[in-house]
Amino acid sequence: MTETMSQPRTLFDKIWDNHVVERRDDGTCLLYIDRHLVHEVTSPQAFEGLRMAGRKVRRPDATLAVADHNVPTAHREKGIAEEDSRIQVETLEKNCREFGVEMYGMDDPRQGIVHIIGPEQGMTQPGMTIVCGDSHTSTHGAFGALAFGIGTSEVEHVLATQTLIQRPAKNMRVTVDGKRPIGTTAKDLILAIIGKIGTAGGTGHVIEYAGEAIRELSMAGRMTVCNMSIEAGARAGMIAPDETTFEYLKGRPMAPKAGNWEQALEVWRGLPSDPGAHYDKEVTLHASEIEPQVTWGTSPQDVLPVSGAIPNPADARDDGQRRAIERALEYMGLTPGAKLTDVKLDKVFIGSCTNGRIEDLREVAKVVGGRHVADGVHAMIVPGSGLVKEQAEEEGLDKVFVEAGFDWRDAGCSMCLAMNADRLQPGERCASTSNRNFEGRQGRGGRTHLMSPAMAAAAALTGHITDVRELASS
Amino acid sequence: MDKFTKLTAIAVPLERDNVDTDMIIPKQFLTTIKRTGLSRGLFYELRYDENGKPTEFVLDKPEYKGAQILVAGENFGCGSSREHAPWALLDHGIRCVIAESFADIFYNNCFKNGILPVKLPAEQLAACMAIAKRGGEAAMMTVDLESQTVATPDGDSFPFEVEPFRKHCLLNGLDDIALTLEDADAISAFEGKQRQAMPWLYS
Repeated sequence: MTETMSQPRTLFDKIWDNHVVERRDDGTCLLYIDRHLVHEVTSPQAFEGLRMAGRKVRRPDATLAVADHNVPTAHREKGIAEEDSRIQVETLEKNCREFGVEMYGMDDPRQGIVHIIGPEQGMTQPGMTIVCGDSHTSTHGAFGALAFGIGTSEVEHVLATQTLIQRPAKNMRVTVDGKRPIGTTAKDLILAIIGKIGTAGGTGHVIEYAGEAIRELSMAGRMTVCNMSIEAGARAGMIAPDETTFEYLKGRPMAPKAGNWEQALEVWRGLPSDPGAHYDKEVTLHASEIEPQVTWGTSPQDVLPVSGAIPNPADARDDGQRRAIERALEYMGLTPGAKLTDVKLDKVFIGSCTNGRIEDLREVAKVVGGRHVADGVHAMIVPGSGLVKEQAEEEGLDKVFVEAGFDWRDAGCSMCLAMNADRLQPGERCASTSNRNFEGRQGRGGRTHLMSPAMAAAAALTGHITDVRELASS
Repeated sequence: MDKFTKLTAIAVPLERDNVDTDMIIPKQFLTTIKRTGLSRGLFYELRYDENGKPTEFVLDKPEYKGAQILVAGENFGCGSSREHAPWALLDHGIRCVIAESFADIFYNNCFKNGILPVKLPAEQLAACMAIAKRGGEAAMMTVDLESQTVATPDGDSFPFEVEPFRKHCLLNGLDDIALTLEDADAISAFEGKQRQAMPWLYS
């Protein structure tokens, strides 16, 4: 034990070691969980399990619930029209009351996407273990926390025991050297990373993002990067906490209070990986080579620089890849060799736990700059939380959006997964700031192109995929 | 959770890589508050066309009636953490998924529901896929968790890895939570120490 402790350790190793309650002979650990976020879709069966076994929630004080997947993003005062969705949200309310868990209701300004509100409230802190029945829990790793998605059985396990049975992941470091060129955002970095390592590139690993281009990102940008770790196959992504992290956290409602702040800082400053720590896998990218990125296919790894052309199945490296490209092109209704910037759009979706923060909305407003959404395009902006919405309205961004012809909505997951009424019709093509372009993700037969908020804004204005750098100079 | 010991059943081929959990069970079936009845939504958009007519998807072909083993490609179960994916497979009768690789969360979720995920190297997986494609009796395989092998009708026996603790739980159909609660004292002791060292986590 002492010997391993003196070895140089990664950020992940340190958080892991700090949370081991028990280690079994085969290396499986009982891992303590500091914070648990709960939403309506993946929790009802877990609460039902507790009820049937006569168990309680071990730490209601470490648990926070919110409805986000099913909530309407317009005319909220009318309630939820779809019965199943309404029942699911009501079930969460009922469960939270019964088990003493705090929940932000639909009329609470703090309501929003679970991965937006944790950081916003200061609940997400460096060094913590954080889980949620949602794969994009990796978002919280931006604070130097170990945060990962779990299934409903594990949600029940955490509710009952505040622990999980886990084996340590392997360490992977993705370094992005140098400075981002103008027009290249955090979203472009993570899409380029996924393009390079593939959607299974991080399987079995926790990715630590490092390098100048990562360090220079704001917390919002870091959250965007960590959010899509799951699309790179990793369960978690992390970024070492630094002054940017501490600055963001200070004074937030659930952050350590004055008496504890200095003590917390001292602990947090000891978290970054030690020099010489071992990584099982290392990947390096150069920020200067990363252009704005756009996906063309039905997997997040099907990504290209905006200047690129739709791939040709004939250029595939093997039969499997050729079939996958053919299937993706057929689903997406695209022709090999066509320029990405010639692809016309029906819808634009700006929001989600990937890109629904105030900084994202400011980027969009900057690109809009008095222009108007193209004819025939429906462009919606869904803030990540009620507080993001309030802030945007305080800054007058809502006026910029509405005057430009955008549909300005209430907070929720919305068309990222289309569980509520916001969805694509078959064949409709959408520029989206969300995280998944799987077949049917945004609605059956819907065609998704993932990109940054700035790129999605540019696409909304022109009606086709557009290089935001060219729009800015025109 | 039902035990998993040894399973002899028809294997159904799904020759695709990166099968995501949105594909296994689309979002419109996630509004349930139950674990059961989800087979209706299993691979829904592959099994039914836009008008709800069956597409003759492989799972519904007569030669795969009663299949309990699914053979797929790489990175099976990627995407959303929804446990509705293994629930839907289980509800359809699938007790074992054989693939070249799995996404982490899905892999984990399988063990919590009495489903055995088996990873096989490309060549052996190709052999299983070819056998599954025969359909009917000819596509019968035996997956034995105790000996950690997949036995094919061609006489091959492919070994696979499974972590000892997971194997133990699956063989005995153990409830994780009950097991963990046996360690309640250790959890309390951990909390006591953590509260001392990092009081802000408890305020």
